[in-house]
Amino acid sequence: MIRFDNVSMRYPGGHQALHQVNFELADGEMAFLTGRSGAGKSTLLKLLMVMEKPSQGQILVDGRNLGRLPRQQIPFHRRRIGVVFQDHQLLFDRSVFDNVALPLQIEGYPKHEADRRVRAALDKVGLLRKEKMNPQQLSGGEQQRVGIARAVVNRPQILLADEPTGNLDPELAAEIMQLFEQFNQVGVSMLIASHDLSLITRLQHRILTLDQGSVVQDAWQGAEPAARGPRP
Amino acid sequence: MSKPRRASGAQQHRRTMRSALQSAAQTHWRTARQSLQRLLQTPVATAMTVAVIGIALVLPVGLLLTLDNLRGLSGNLGGVSQVSVYLEDSVSAAQAETLVQELGQREDVQQARYVSPEEGSEEFIEYSGLGDVLAALSENPLPGVIVLTPRLLDAAGAQTLLSDLEGLPGVQSVQFDLAWVERLQQLLALAGRAAAGLLLVLCLGVAFVTGNTIRLAIEGRRAEIVVVKLVGGTDADVALPFLYCGAFYGLGGAIGACLLLWLGMLLLQGPAQTLLTLYGSDYRPQGLGLGGGALLLAGGSLLGWLGALLSVRQHLAAIEPR
Repeated sequence: MIRFDNVSMRYPGGHQALHQVNFELADGEMAFLTGRSGAGKSTLLKLLMVMEKPSQGQILVDGRNLGRLPRQQIPFHRRRIGVVFQDHQLLFDRSVFDNVALPLQIEGYPKHEADRRVRAALDKVGLLRKEKMNPQQLSGGEQQRVGIARAVVNRPQILLADEPTGNLDPELAAEIMQLFEQFNQVGVSMLIASHDLSLITRLQHRILTLDQGSVVQDAWQGAEPAARGPRP
Repeated sequence: MSKPRRASGAQQHRRTMRSALQSAAQTHWRTARQSLQRLLQTPVATAMTVAVIGIALVLPVGLLLTLDNLRGLSGNLGGVSQVSVYLEDSVSAAQAETLVQELGQREDVQQARYVSPEEGSEEFIEYSGLGDVLAALSENPLPGVIVLTPRLLDAAGAQTLLSDLEGLPGVQSVQFDLAWVERLQQLLALAGRAAAGLLLVLCLGVAFVTGNTIRLAIEGRRAEIVVVKLVGGTDADVALPFLYCGAFYGLGGAIGACLLLWLGMLLLQGPAQTLLTLYGSDYRPQGLGLGGGALLLAGGSLLGWLGALLSVRQHLAAIEPR
């Protein structure tokens, strides 16, 4: 689903954010991306969103080379990827419902279909009863769940998350991770950047460790889930 | 592939085409409504922008309308324009009447009338209020005059008539009242050019005012633009609300301009009518009319949209998620 081939990324200022990164994420796989801040986690996710372009190497997503993606195709690439941000990136000038509906409105879903999907997504994250509220009225954990609902509402093949539990207490963080695991179980490929090692080592998933822009460790926590196999 | 399946494929295609159109219409309707709501949320700021646009539109349109009316009026006056043929003192009344008969038969003369020196002096005393001056003179200084009403008024025809009249025996001089009409028309043509220039400049002004307002709106909604781009919004998706905003500003300004023009007509109609009646004209001042009003509204919206487009082109590309 995602493949990095010798990807290096050097910012215009000269900072080497990624150096010769190679890895592959299979369809339906869930992996964590960890490392200290500045190790290159965010840069890697930005490359996947084509917010940046690599200075070297190639990135394939679902067989498409992102380096060759024409500018006008970028929005359509982004529609196939859901993203959860540490700072939620919610819009406070509209309700929770409208925030979650945004990707569907952009894709031009008919209203009744969009409404149905938004309610399903909000129900999934347990916020159905707060759909009319403004995100500002919600707690940090709830805001993050609105962000997750928005990321999954158009059923993307891939879900990326950048420090999704960064501002949450351990209990809420564990809840959010559980939610991610549920999406993964229905076949969504996941890449979650987090420096919360104590949390992610408890979960049984693959962990990619970055240090100074290079992958220094690629290991499975617990048994390699080969038995699960590809999704039907 | 069997027949029924092919038919169902075509149906499916038609259905997707229809639902695509439907969802596009839904998007436009929703975006237009939200843009309008957003403008109404800040009524004072919106009203100020709309007022600036309205005033910028009302100036050239009002000027063009005035010129149009003057042009109509000058045509109307031109129709009753007169030619005065002054006769030499040696021409007798009988000779003058013969001349009137001859002139009256010309194709380009509608009417000819002889005004003898005596009648002339009576008219002069009656209308000028200077009767005492005339009475003080020992003899009547006024010449006999043939007053002609010409039938047509194009420049060549008028020239022919003028030279024919000047060539007649016993004619001292010919005075065309046409000259001032021509001068007025030349002046109007000149003013028309100036108004067109003004219209162009102020239209640009409207586009720039809208563009600048939209630039501020884009700055104010930076966060939203970033989020929309992150969840897969195209440049067109991001631009659409701003284009609607611009069109609404222009439309609002045009409505304001229409109201101002209507008010102006209301204020001026009475005095203008009185003035025209005094000049013996049956001309009625023309307002913008339904067609002109519609044109102004469409033009205003278009200018606002254009200004927004300029702004969006320039500023939206610079806002990318980082």
